Amino acid sequence: MTLQNEPINRDNQRKKYCRFKRSGIKYIDYKDADFLLKFVNEQGKILPRRITGTSQKFQGKVKQAVKRARHLALMPYVGDSLK
Amino acid sequence: MQKNYETVFILTPVLSEAQMKDTVEKFKKLLLATGAEMVNEENWGLRKLAYPVQHKSTGFYNLFEFKANPDVIANIETEYRRDEAVLRFLTVSLDKHALAYNEKRKRGDFRKDKKENKEKEVAA
Repeated sequence: MTLQNEPINRDNQRKKYCRFKRSGIKYIDYKDADFLLKFVNEQGKILPRRITGTSQKFQGKVKQAVKRARHLALMPYVGDSLK
Repeated sequence: MQKNYETVFILTPVLSEAQMKDTVEKFKKLLLATGAEMVNEENWGLRKLAYPVQHKSTGFYNLFEFKANPDVIANIETEYRRDEAVLRFLTVSLDKHALAYNEKRKRGDFRKDKKENKEKEVAA
């Protein structure tokens, strides 16, 4: 019996957008840890663009800010139940 | 040509209040001696670290935002490495967006104001 993957109904999947372009944020501050927690999953890993929908340019800035925050121990490298 | 920089460093919690102030003063003097211009200075005080650094779980955070010549950064970082009171440090150059952000942050971080305004509206 071949596995049939059910058709995903695409219509209810809303269009992802880059929150930085939309809200006009130009600089992502590495010191603002609780803002950066939005881009990190429970284990403290950076969320991929396909989940958050951020554009390439800002994903790079998020990545750099998170890594700097981790270096300064404002954010854990490996967290548990971070939210 | 002076560029804009921002440096954050963490001091070990073992220091007494006076020692902590002296080390911060030492770094500040070192910066100003080389002709740097201090734009902003912040002391976040004792904060819990997200993971233990050198077996310590808290540290004094200090921030300096300044304008300096690029070659000054090298010797201030060697000074950080020499001083054993400094657990961690990070020096970052600032572009125009970062400067605009820091300006807003100094004037009262609009994000916090947004929260305050909301509270005011709720209270009113």
